[in-house]
Amino acid sequence: MHGLVNRAIQRFVVDSYGNAQWAAVARNADLGFVEFEAMWTYEDSLTPRVLAAVCDVLDRPYDELMEDIGTYLVSHPNLEALRRLLRFGGVNFLDFLHSLDDLPDRARLAVADLVLPRIELREHNPHQFSLNCEGDIPGCGHLFTGVLRAMADDYGALVFLEHQGVEEGVETVAIALLEADFAEGRGFELGVSV
Amino acid sequence: MSGATLCYQMLNVMCPMHVILNRNGDIGFAGPTAQKLLPDQSLVGRPFLDVFEIKRPREIKSISALREKAGMKLHMQFRDPPHRELKGVLMEGPEVGQMIVNLSFGISVVDAVQEYKLTAADFAPTDLTIEMLYLVEAKSAAMEASRQLNSRLQGARIAAEEQALTDTLTGLKNRRAMDQILADLIVEGESFALMHMDLDYFKVVNDTMGHAAGDHVLQQVSKIMLNEVRSRDTVARVGGDEFVLLLRDVEEPEIIEQIAKRIIKKLSEPIHFEGERCEVSGSAGTTLSRNYPVLTADKLLGDADVALYESKHRGRGRHTFFSEELREKERDPAQATSREPIVKHA
Repeated sequence: MHGLVNRAIQRFVVDSYGNAQWAAVARNADLGFVEFEAMWTYEDSLTPRVLAAVCDVLDRPYDELMEDIGTYLVSHPNLEALRRLLRFGGVNFLDFLHSLDDLPDRARLAVADLVLPRIELREHNPHQFSLNCEGDIPGCGHLFTGVLRAMADDYGALVFLEHQGVEEGVETVAIALLEADFAEGRGFELGVSV
Repeated sequence: MSGATLCYQMLNVMCPMHVILNRNGDIGFAGPTAQKLLPDQSLVGRPFLDVFEIKRPREIKSISALREKAGMKLHMQFRDPPHRELKGVLMEGPEVGQMIVNLSFGISVVDAVQEYKLTAADFAPTDLTIEMLYLVEAKSAAMEASRQLNSRLQGARIAAEEQALTDTLTGLKNRRAMDQILADLIVEGESFALMHMDLDYFKVVNDTMGHAAGDHVLQQVSKIMLNEVRSRDTVARVGGDEFVLLLRDVEEPEIIEQIAKRIIKKLSEPIHFEGERCEVSGSAGTTLSRNYPVLTADKLLGDADVALYESKHRGRGRHTFFSEELREKERDPAQATSREPIVKHA
């Protein structure tokens, strides 16, 4: 699994619960080290072990944890760069939804060896969508529920999201776009000093 | 709806950063994004060549010369500061004498979107500018992560070097290793000899023949020393051209004297480097652990240092055992000459 994924879990725990809790997770998962390197590749079996350890240490249900990580990825100020990259997907939330199919390719453009879950958006009517996700780690539907919730906030859209379960490894998230311009949303300027 | 009107509507969507010139070369219309290029004034009504300077294919001063460049890539810049550069391409318009110039920021687009506060809506949906801006940011973020990794690896490397026990140039033990071995010998109470050896004339080799020659000499010298001692002895490079030899289980000063003389003799033979002769020699001083009721590393090193100095003082290329008389001599201001300590204690 790519270091970026493991590192994201680490940063979620550190930024939300502190270094001591992360150190406990590292011990619980029997990592043998504390810091994940973002640009290294780790054994695939490590990531589920770390997630299980996080649940154990924080005493949180797995699905809820995954959704929280998704929300964290978009909304925490320490990960502003990631929010910006996602905002390049579209000028409004609807546009963003339609760009989700491209997300794994976009990620690969940035980091060639980063493999994201396969995702597919289905449009049932202009206000009803569903997102199918299939990843190597269970719970990626919950993760995307968190991501979508935070992105809707970011765009100022009012949405209703519901994880509809798993079928043959594919998780489905129902998306109801109730109002595209519900609130102000956060600003996004194309150019920033990088 | 006339063909021309259809054409203008099409241009606004497909090429939002275009301008339309009338037959005199004045800007008659600016597309929605082109209008943002001069935030304080209007492009419309101004002569195109007054606003833009065409730099390539070559300087163009007249509208008729510009008209001949239809279909070619134009490099241009604003005549007004900050002289932002643009790329453009021009074609005949639908009405007689008209020219349409489509503009682009080229590679300076990253700065331009900031300067003109452009949004995704200012670019045609097929324009790859947004993708390019995405890539610039994504790559910068990825590069930053790599840069941080590199700097952490560099830190780890420095830490590892600080903990290293081997001198990387010669493969001998380094100062830190020697300190540890000496401390162990003292604790174990073994009888041993500490010989401090210093190369003579090494600085001359380094200065006149270069550091590569100096490095070669140090490597050869290290081999000579290792060849003359037993595997249980220690040879350490403790400074630029300073070595400490720890010789275990030697009671007889004669044997130590022989070892020192053999090393010095071999050091005095020329060492060849790239067809040139490097000539050095060695001076040495030794002290024996059995002569001390109480041993400390500093005392041993200091006394070997005194003996080494005596060797240098007597004309180099020789070996001396430490004795209390040497220490007395050094303390006597009439005989002592001022000197720097040879072993630089870390």
